[in-house]
Amino acid sequence: MTGRHVVVVGAGPAGLAAADAALAAGAEVTLIDSAERPGGQYHRMLPEAYEATDPGALQHGYRSFDRRSRRVLGHPRCSWWAESSVWALERRDSADDGPPLVHVLRGTPRRRHVLEPDALVLAVGAHDRVLPFPGWDLPGVYTAGAAQALAKGERVVVGDRVVVAGTGPFLLPVATSLLEAGSRVLAVVEAAGPAAVARGWLRRPWELTSQLGKSGELLSYTARLGRHRVPYRMGRAVVEARGDGRVEEIVTARVRADWSVVPGSEHVTAVDALCVGHGFTPQLELPVAAGCDLRPAAGGSAAGSPADVFVSVDDDQRTSRPGVYAAGEITGVAGAPAARAEGAVAGWIAAGGDRGARALVTLGRSRDQGRAFAARLALAHPVGRAWPGWLRPDTVICRCEETTYAAVCRSAADPTRTEPQVAKLATRAGLGPCQARVCGPTVAELRRSTDQGAGPHHRPVAEPIRLGELARPPEPPPGRATPATPATPSTPTDSPAEESTS
Amino acid sequence: MSPRLVPAASDPAGRRERPLTITVDGEPLTGIAGQTVAGVLLAAGRPAWRRAPSGAPRGVFCGIGVCFDCLVTVNDERDVRACRRRARDGDAVTTQSRAQGDERDGRRAR
Ligand SMILES: Cc1cc2nc3c(=O)[nH]c(=O)nc-3n(C[C@H](O)[C@H](O)[C@H](O)COP(=O)(O)OP(=O)(O)OC[C@H]3O[C@@H](n4cnc5c(N)ncnc54)[C@H](O)[C@@H]3O)c2cc1C
Ligand code: FES
Repeated sequence: MTGRHVVVVGAGPAGLAAADAALAAGAEVTLIDSAERPGGQYHRMLPEAYEATDPGALQHGYRSFDRRSRRVLGHPRCSWWAESSVWALERRDSADDGPPLVHVLRGTPRRRHVLEPDALVLAVGAHDRVLPFPGWDLPGVYTAGAAQALAKGERVVVGDRVVVAGTGPFLLPVATSLLEAGSRVLAVVEAAGPAAVARGWLRRPWELTSQLGKSGELLSYTARLGRHRVPYRMGRAVVEARGDGRVEEIVTARVRADWSVVPGSEHVTAVDALCVGHGFTPQLELPVAAGCDLRPAAGGSAAGSPADVFVSVDDDQRTSRPGVYAAGEITGVAGAPAARAEGAVAGWIAAGGDRGARALVTLGRSRDQGRAFAARLALAHPVGRAWPGWLRPDTVICRCEETTYAAVCRSAADPTRTEPQVAKLATRAGLGPCQARVCGPTVAELRRSTDQGAGPHHRPVAEPIRLGELARPPEPPPGRATPATPATPSTPTDSPAEESTS
Repeated sequence: MSPRLVPAASDPAGRRERPLTITVDGEPLTGIAGQTVAGVLLAAGRPAWRRAPSGAPRGVFCGIGVCFDCLVTVNDERDVRACRRRARDGDAVTTQSRAQGDERDGRRAR
């Protein structure tokens, strides 16, 4: 046994695979997630209190996920910390001292703990990116992920006349979940035009077959939307939501390749809910706190946008910081199979597993295929640079502080406010409760010509902590597993194909 | 129509429903065990419960604890994300507002 203590933050597809592989390599693992149950966004589970007899009915690949999560959570060398949030990472004085200290708030009521791992795997995932448009702050306008989380996670559907809009293949599972739950989906509105989608998806189709799990899944969504006669409108965007106190109608318009609106193409549709997603924003606060280098997104016309950055990793999923590994959506948006492959590589190497292990070659290959898939996604669904053309001077950019587009433009034009921090204080954009998680990428993009220095992901704490909690001294970690039986290293057990066959 | 719960009888996941009651600003709302506070509010036909500084209504936006649009007070605990907190039978939920002059103005307590 390697005897190393590996802390894995995030129990989504990436984190769960990392824990599994680290255990297989003989490490002692602490797996931490702020949710009550493992699975992350992809394998979002129903609450225990629902006592679902067939939870797999709502999920792709449930059986192999279930097998893996039982194997990991029930492992004698694994401590599973549910409902636990990592709120800060504290770098040690010298990099030789290893990865940062991990500050955790655990359980309800929340207790403070500090972990001192030998290796740290960050697998904290991403959240929806939503570009602003007039009326996007009306109740009844949800992120696509929110609609998905409510439908899959607690069986609440957001409405009965719903439009799903934005860009990217993620719109399809969201529309499918809504249909499955009995909503009427009026249309899926995809801003990318047919040419861009074809360029991304149809060129070199053999690359896609390697991601069979993912594209097979996409085909099943497309078939389902077809059966329900849900139109998939490409080259259109929702440019306004209207209503008195909640969304009642939306305006869609034809957009060009750069997402500028074609005048006269506007169309009004009555809805009771709108679900929007323009891709994902990685949750970078922990990697940034650890001091990990970031890299700009590969490909796509959005390249160069300060909003599009991910954690930079090598082929072993190592970040630029010693002992810190990253996997899943924080390294690039490539879907669950790629997240699993990355996680398995990260966990195995973090645990000190043999670099010559044969399974590692297979995992590395499927990780690389995932990366190719991500590059295609970026190519097929780039965020068009002319989207600010949808905005009006009074459109809210920061939902928390209600900073308007006009105010952001004024500060971007002001030569005394080139420092993002100064601009932030002046406009208040990003100073509200969400700490710029939602508007940060947007503001960074709107100010791209002016800004210098720090990106939008610097946040002193990753999770809100109350003063009382901070004042209490941390408690020694209780549930940390003591290895009862000496472990014999096996092999990283993941074959990402496993998941797509069930 | 408004947000609603998929009826248990037609749910392929085959789930059980155990009802619970919470109060929201004193008014009782029924939900089922396992729902989040936001889920109970939405399924009860309330798409919004918080006010932004201008007084504009806010409810659920991100659904996963990122945007903080959905903040409520639960049993005297302020600034709880309704989309992440499981409702417990008997919870007393108070709505919040950041609007100036609103008696529920969140900024005083910050
Ligand atoms: C709301 C939402 C719904 C989605 N639904 C689907 C879907 O149905 N189908 C699909 O193909 N893709 C979906 N996606 C895309 C999805 O992100 C990926 O497919 C996949 O889940 C990524 O895996 P991951 O392991 O990288 O991250 P995630 O699955 O996001 O897992 C990250 C985990 O880290 C935890 N975490 C984050 N920060 C902390 C912290 N500070 N402390 C402790 N724990 C933390 C989170 O609770 C989460 O469980 C969804 C994305 C979002 C945002
Ligand atoms: S809806 Fe975004 S934090 Fe609850």
